[in-house]
Amino acid sequence: MSQPVNHPAILETKEAFGETTLVVDPARIVDLCRHLKDSEKYVRLSGITAVDMHPAEPRFEVIYHLHSIEKNHRLRLKCLVSGVNPEIDSATGVWRSANWYEREVFDMFGIGFRNHPNLVRILMPIDWEGHPLRKDYPVHGYKYSYPSE
Amino acid sequence: MSNIKQSFEDHTSTIPAVQEIPATPAAPRRMTLNMGPQHPSTHGVLRIVLELEGETIVSAAPDIGFLHTGIEKEFEQKNWQQAVTLTDRVDYLANLSNNLVYALAVEKLLQIEIPARAQWTRVMMTEFSRLNSHLVWLGTHALDIGAMTMFFYCFREREDILRIFEMFSGQRMMTSYIRIGGLALEPPRGWQQVVGKFIKAFPSKVDEYEELLNANPIWMQRTQGVGYISLEDMLDLGVTGPMLRGAGLNWDIRKSEPYSSYEKFDFKVPVETSNDVWSRYRVRIQEMRESAKIITQALEGMPEGAWQADAPHVVLPEREKMKTQMESLIYHFKIVTEGFRVPAGEAYQCIEAPRGEIGYYVVSDGTSKPYRVHMRTPSFGNLQGLPTMLENTMIADSIAALGSMDFVLGDTDR
Repeated sequence: MSQPVNHPAILETKEAFGETTLVVDPARIVDLCRHLKDSEKYVRLSGITAVDMHPAEPRFEVIYHLHSIEKNHRLRLKCLVSGVNPEIDSATGVWRSANWYEREVFDMFGIGFRNHPNLVRILMPIDWEGHPLRKDYPVHGYKYSYPSE
Repeated sequence: MSNIKQSFEDHTSTIPAVQEIPATPAAPRRMTLNMGPQHPSTHGVLRIVLELEGETIVSAAPDIGFLHTGIEKEFEQKNWQQAVTLTDRVDYLANLSNNLVYALAVEKLLQIEIPARAQWTRVMMTEFSRLNSHLVWLGTHALDIGAMTMFFYCFREREDILRIFEMFSGQRMMTSYIRIGGLALEPPRGWQQVVGKFIKAFPSKVDEYEELLNANPIWMQRTQGVGYISLEDMLDLGVTGPMLRGAGLNWDIRKSEPYSSYEKFDFKVPVETSNDVWSRYRVRIQEMRESAKIITQALEGMPEGAWQADAPHVVLPEREKMKTQMESLIYHFKIVTEGFRVPAGEAYQCIEAPRGEIGYYVVSDGTSKPYRVHMRTPSFGNLQGLPTMLENTMIADSIAALGSMDFVLGDTDR
């Protein structure tokens, strides 16, 4: 267990299964990331992902997994993002690894990242329509229609 | 026929000869080279757009996604136990590592205890999958650089490992052997002899590889000082695994955050400092020796007892009990028809896979299907370091450099 992090952007701290989750104000996520990297030694960004809580509102949870090798501790940051025109600031300025992780989230969920250097699809074809990991996206996609029962 | 020929010549003659524009120091001539998607040395379907200045790479832009199969979406359609079969297909060289990390993540949510025998068997099997992966890496990487024999030597041993997988799970590659709540099957009778025979002979096989490569001038020239990328860049870009240990960072999740009783095993974390293709080769060779040590310890100290957790709501009952006891029949029916439910919550579990950190982020909404499974795969993170690594290197070195990253494209694209 490491010291609790204090920062005005943190709305709530949760503990479960030995993992720490910080619920963060999405408007100040980059401030907090910079603070965690520079002062709290969370040098590694393990990954960014999202969860679609459709039809709840705010619809999306954007999840950041941080890791400090020195402290041997992991942190999870969680931002709630609205389903209407979802957008959040990009963390590419803090960790360069955020570049591809955010592109993947954009590709799969359609969440925009402000100030991202190259926000284009990464896994799906560039002209693909829709965002596959959204809950309202059918498993077979929109391209093929199957006769209904 | 002659008409066609005539018209072809007419047509070609109208195209003016390509004019060489003299290069000026201010604007050197650049060329864009498309490597892949079907390039033999990219080990999968990867396209890299290289911008060249002469033979020097100015910039490299990897283009991925050719093997995207929507596994994360498919997770949401299967029940928890069925989804184990999807984890095999993520990284087809380290399928048991993926089985293990998924099982551990779900068991974290279920809060069930796994018996020691199952844990030790899991460790043994994941170490075999590390050997398998490193052997394929060494064989194909050496093949890329021109050492043909290594490929045959490595695949000879890999074949033995695949036979062991088949003996345990019935499958050579898509094993699905590590299940939520324990193992898929009880370890087969006589496995000790087969594993014992293999592991006794294995160190001498590693000696053979080293004999072929360690003092080989071609191998040394093509690997030493090639593929440098600074440790800071790697940490910033999300690179993990043997790449970091080849740059002098002593970080291995098996030691720092032990899982599945790794803390009971005695092994070293090999670290090299030269931070090039050579050091990554050295790290992986030594890791193979350490894995062999772990397997030997597992073989000698394998605990007795159950191979599945005592959790009737998760683990299928024995066939005999199912036929004779009402309660077991009910559990069997429930698990088979709708699958077990996992309490609502979220968990992140990471392990040290052959390529680096695999992390599964699992979200449950309390039903019998995963709500969301995110895979943080090491190949995806590692590949992001490629442009930095290839900048200002020679194009001939790019094959050795990208081979040393040891990525699997199925793992990258999921």
